Amino acid sequence: MGAAIEAVDRAAYADWLQRVGDNALILGHRVSEWCGHGPALEEDIALSNVALDLIGQCQLWLGLAAEVEGKGRSADDLAFLRDAGAFRNVLLVERPNGDFAQTLMRQFLFDAFHIELLRALGKSTDLRVAEIAAKAEKEVAYHLERSADLVIRLGDGSAESHARMEKALKSLWAYTGEMFLDDATDQALAEAGIAPLPSSLKSAWDETVTAVLAEATLAHPGQSWQHKGGKQGIHSEHLGFLLAEMQFLQRAYPGASW
Amino acid sequence: MSKNEWPLWEIFIRGQHGLNHRHVGSLHAPDAEMAICNARDVYTRRNEGVSIWVVRSNDITASSPSEKGPLFEPANSKVYRHPTFFDIPEEVGHM
Repeated sequence: MGAAIEAVDRAAYADWLQRVGDNALILGHRVSEWCGHGPALEEDIALSNVALDLIGQCQLWLGLAAEVEGKGRSADDLAFLRDAGAFRNVLLVERPNGDFAQTLMRQFLFDAFHIELLRALGKSTDLRVAEIAAKAEKEVAYHLERSADLVIRLGDGSAESHARMEKALKSLWAYTGEMFLDDATDQALAEAGIAPLPSSLKSAWDETVTAVLAEATLAHPGQSWQHKGGKQGIHSEHLGFLLAEMQFLQRAYPGASW
Repeated sequence: MSKNEWPLWEIFIRGQHGLNHRHVGSLHAPDAEMAICNARDVYTRRNEGVSIWVVRSNDITASSPSEKGPLFEPANSKVYRHPTFFDIPEEVGHM
């Protein structure tokens, strides 16, 4: 694993690890906002489990990011003491929860990408990455099974649930393209064999999404203009509000712990 | 929600290979597959199970409490059905 680190620029590696960790952190926090507000007790618990899985994964990714960065910061420092511009998550995961349809559709579109990424990372040349990915893959396989099941049931459900799922799909679709954009950081990591090029995950994602949307009787939105920027730290206004809530305690009472 | 409540499911979990499935509780779900997902999330969060069964609560036929007398009391007076009348040789020890 030492060789893998030598083969790639340290700053690029830390940056990439923050992308993976921040996706899990921000989506985990978003989903945790449902805790106590789920449409049924069972859904409430299931959503909280997903949130906890993601936040657990983010701890591992950000812990490794801090280690690779080598500036003496911890995973907590990265989560709670960075400002919006330093976050590297894709824009999709910071989209507001909206209604249950919007939350589920966002989850499904991300899960379908997440599972492909983790499967590919299982073959990483850095053993630490491969080990985290192997642990996360089991959790995310379940996230995908669940979100796909619900997208199908609600899409192919009542007129009301179908309309809501259709609306959620339309509003989120323009945020999916960013997951598959390659930049210099991605190139460097791919050359070192640490991570796959995001663009290489697109066809498997397309296949899953097309199949599930068809079963859900939802119209595939097809090609359209796509947002980007989250991976480079250019975020929507929603991330600032999310961080204000998530980071409040550490900002107001620095170093507080329990 | 109240108008269109999901049906109730009874959940059975097998704790370890070799043990029987045990009734652990009930929950709501739109269909059997989702009931298994929900059961996984509600009842196996602390590593409790290796297998889940779900069954619609409506599909369970239960004995009626008012028939308790005729159903169970006759067995009370039939002590000879318990294997408590054998002399166990000392060499066998505790059984």
